[in-house]
Amino acid sequence: MPIICKSQCGNRAALKRPKTGDALCKECFFAAFEAEIHHTISSSNLFRRGEKVAVAASGGKDSTVLAHVLKLLNERHNYGLELVLLSIDEGITGYRDDSLETVKQNRDDYQMPLKILSYEELYGWTMDRILPRSDALDRGAKLLGVDSIATGHNADDIAETVLMNVLRGDTARLRRCTSIRTGGGEDTIPRVKPLKYSYEKEIVMYAHYKKLVYFSTECVFAPNAYRGHARAFLKDLEKVRPSVIMDIIYSGEQLRFKDTVKKPERGTCTRCGFVSSQQPCKACVLLEGLNRGLPKLGIGKKSKGERMIAKQNQELALRERANLVKNDF
Amino acid sequence: MGTPELKIILEFSAGAELLFGNIKRRELTLDGNQKWTISNLLKWMHANILTERPELFLQEDTVRPGILVLINDTDWELLGELDYELQPNDNVLFISTLHGG
Repeated sequence: MPIICKSQCGNRAALKRPKTGDALCKECFFAAFEAEIHHTISSSNLFRRGEKVAVAASGGKDSTVLAHVLKLLNERHNYGLELVLLSIDEGITGYRDDSLETVKQNRDDYQMPLKILSYEELYGWTMDRILPRSDALDRGAKLLGVDSIATGHNADDIAETVLMNVLRGDTARLRRCTSIRTGGGEDTIPRVKPLKYSYEKEIVMYAHYKKLVYFSTECVFAPNAYRGHARAFLKDLEKVRPSVIMDIIYSGEQLRFKDTVKKPERGTCTRCGFVSSQQPCKACVLLEGLNRGLPKLGIGKKSKGERMIAKQNQELALRERANLVKNDF
Repeated sequence: MGTPELKIILEFSAGAELLFGNIKRRELTLDGNQKWTISNLLKWMHANILTERPELFLQEDTVRPGILVLINDTDWELLGELDYELQPNDNVLFISTLHGG
């Protein structure tokens, strides 16, 4: 017995929306999914007319759906945005090669200019997986001169992050992880999350029904044990109560901290000038490690890294002195 | 007359195929003498074609949360999930959502 679309359009329902429990046909689902993202964008004033917005493109389902929907809404509702795709090539063999092909497909499908920035352009190093991609995105966006970066974080991602930050007691991240807009201080480019309230299931169904091409092999470096546990837990909860994802995001948004809770200061790195809570920033420490031939720098404890640097400086000084002695002859 | 057969198509996408010998589409011929529900089909898949890490596909007696199931392009949640009875030429698609994006 086929179930009929709840909006009484007369079509057969194709899916059950996890957010509302409604059975909708494909067309009514597309309309609802797109309208909700438009509502998120307009009610939070995410963009201003004339802005240049970089869509952080990985070739995965979220960024592919984000690029598709932003282009569509920009035209439908006349946002007046200049959209570009920004992709970071870390040079991870296999993974990036295929995902970059998908990003190029996005460029052709959505007729958006694409800038692929390699780690070599950004840091002078071809090494992959050393530096966080978020940092590379900021640097890339600065090079492109964009007003904001739109990322594909979906509702499931944000609910997972709330859970993880609660479990870790990370008050600083808990404060900002539900924000639809982050950054945007004097030295950072604002990040926005237009898919913040879009369920992963709906994103995947949207991509499937719209036949969007996306790349879906697990990044070989991605398996993050901690996030994996939070994710599995959340999926189990969702099975029992689908609204749990929205509920967790809402709880995260409503959290307030007493003034007595210590706030970590967010400063800027004294070396490169980018935002960092550490001195120097992680990227600079890792790069220094590579330049010094001490690749473990910045991976272990800070004190251990300092000892490694001190030891190397001592050795260099000794060698310098040896050279001086030799030159005296 | 031979024994009755039930022909169906299985499809895997977005990484789910990696658990099934990296084959994205299979045509199956099942024994038509018995009734085939999705529940029975999952048991059959586990015994016959689920080659890699079954815990990434199955959880207890059902599909692991986060894997979407579509029967003839319709969400299985509208069709009775495990109790849905397979019909000749049905297409069952498994889409993994358990990866980055």
